Amino acid sequence: MHLMYFTEQPMSAYPADEGRKFGATALMFSNKHFDPVAGSRLYNEYIEHYRLAEEVGFDGIMLNEHHNAPFCMQAKCNVFASILAATTKRVKIVLLGNPLPLADNPVRLAEELAMIDMVSRGRLVSGFVRGGGQEQLATGVNPAYNRERFEEAHELIVRAWTQAGPFRFEGTHYQHRVVNPWAVPLQKPHPRIWIPGVLSKETIIWAARQRYPYIALSTAIDATKKIWELYDSIAAESGYTGGPENRGYLQRCHVAETEEKALANARQFMWMQGEFTGLAHPVWSSPSGYFSPSYRKAFVEYAVGRGSNPRAAAFEDQLRDQQIIAGTPKTVIPKLRRLLEETRPSILGFWASDGFVSNQDTTTCIRLLGQEVLPAVREMGKELELWSPFEANAPVSISQPAPPVPRNGA
Amino acid sequence: MSVAAAPLAWTTEDVSVAGASVRLRSAGSGAPLLVLHHDIGTPEQLPFYAALARRFTVLLPSHPGYDGSERPAWMRSVRDVAVLYQALIARRGWSDVALLGLGFGGWIGAEMATMAPRGFRRLVLVGAMGLKPQGGEILDQALVSYIEYVRAGFADRAAFERQFSADPSTAQLEQWDLNREMTFRIAWKPYMYNPTLAPLLGGVETPALIAWGRGDRVVPAVCGEQYARALPKSRLSVVDGAGHFVEMEQPEALAKLIVQFVDES
Repeated sequence: MHLMYFTEQPMSAYPADEGRKFGATALMFSNKHFDPVAGSRLYNEYIEHYRLAEEVGFDGIMLNEHHNAPFCMQAKCNVFASILAATTKRVKIVLLGNPLPLADNPVRLAEELAMIDMVSRGRLVSGFVRGGGQEQLATGVNPAYNRERFEEAHELIVRAWTQAGPFRFEGTHYQHRVVNPWAVPLQKPHPRIWIPGVLSKETIIWAARQRYPYIALSTAIDATKKIWELYDSIAAESGYTGGPENRGYLQRCHVAETEEKALANARQFMWMQGEFTGLAHPVWSSPSGYFSPSYRKAFVEYAVGRGSNPRAAAFEDQLRDQQIIAGTPKTVIPKLRRLLEETRPSILGFWASDGFVSNQDTTTCIRLLGQEVLPAVREMGKELELWSPFEANAPVSISQPAPPVPRNGA
Repeated sequence: MSVAAAPLAWTTEDVSVAGASVRLRSAGSGAPLLVLHHDIGTPEQLPFYAALARRFTVLLPSHPGYDGSERPAWMRSVRDVAVLYQALIARRGWSDVALLGLGFGGWIGAEMATMAPRGFRRLVLVGAMGLKPQGGEILDQALVSYIEYVRAGFADRAAFERQFSADPSTAQLEQWDLNREMTFRIAWKPYMYNPTLAPLLGGVETPALIAWGRGDRVVPAVCGEQYARALPKSRLSVVDGAGHFVEMEQPEALAKLIVQFVDES
């Protein structure tokens, strides 16, 4: 198994009452509520958490990015990836990921990622995402071409990594006279690419066609099983058998010394009123053209306040469905076993705490995970034969059948 | 305002032109008047259309990607729509056409006029988008819901409810979403204007009427003044008791203005 530590890097020093009063905590919620003094403290705490996660035995650190919102302080995951490349020694740096459609110059992204891969001595896993709906607006990128830009930027980056330059790229959304970056990845053919997602079938299908592992973001167990049914059927169509090495899952999992404390802290996973990516304004989170046409009816009703958020669920429901797990190590381990048995992922991210959980409690949580939970999960992984892409030497992609290796001499 | 007793009997057809298929409605008799609808699309029946049809052959295409017209995946700009409509006019052999552009359709009409400086009998722009306002901003529909956006186009909320009901149907919302998606595809950035339009308007020799609802909250009234300055043969007329959707709030008054203006020629 590949066990990762994750935090959204919550901006837990913002005035929550102001967010509730405004009715949304993304896009248009004013950055006058951002306190850079607290921001500086929090960024440095988060760096310490990452270093501790490596120390206690996590295999990877998962990073992401979001914009214009307090639920996530990372505005550029490559910045933290660069820091970790230089300040950690062993962990994989797993970006889930860079929002490709937001990039106006994918070659620049390819360069940054290649630099991170070299500085980290080949520890980069470079996931890609579409970016949230409101982030298209935050960056002025056309939501109607989100998926086209995603696929085209992906093609350009992989070519920049694998094809000797100079070459010319004439796409629909990206045109580059000369592609010839003097920074290429250490890992050959290129760093692994994993694709996280929560809702869109199109993304699952696309990932399966590329043979990229798909990382389900805190979906309920039944929904996760449906994701793997779909992924495996596309895999079969594409000529390979889907298995644990193609499956990842991000589990919200908070552990503490007592059940009561764990449960109280786990409520902080709902600090954005249960919204995954901040208390959302339905129109901003779902701009026209961004979401799958198959959800159009549900989203237009949600947008005018007639339907409930298709993506939100209550705390108690999320506990019942194990989208959130909380407790002492002793009580969370059987729940994790159920997750592994029923959905068989080999990549497991631990989203350990959120919101206003104190620095001390977060630190305790990371230690308890490392000392008591990870060893048990590793044993289960062996017993259930949940071999990660690294353990299974899985190919990078359907078109690159070799596993990635650092070049000699690194 | 009076409401037409009987619905207008449109003839509807799908016309293949250039790389697209355009749903075209026509009704009435007289000189041809090409009506270019708003970004929200248009209801099929409006008292305004009935009033126009008494004097003109009203030609009402659904813009590519809007209402019933299929979306051309290649289309990237409002100018593309304008070029396509030039081809539609040529294909159908219409001549001496008067152009009427409503809001977003006004932008398309203005682009068409720059392409054919003497090609039209008259040009009427009502609350037209297309120019960068010298003060204020064009309302960004990406930040408001479908209902809020359409409501903002009416000076009088009751007029919105008379037209679309207080609680528009889900089918209507879905159509507004489809239309909004097409607007994003062709007018996302810069939003709702073309920086190269204003200088080109200086070459237009077609007489133009610029009409603006006094209560327009979607496109700042200063854009009307900008159009009037940019178009050499133009005049500006402000309509009371109307917002952006002048044709839905003051159908008789606007129709009268248009008939008078086109008849002058």
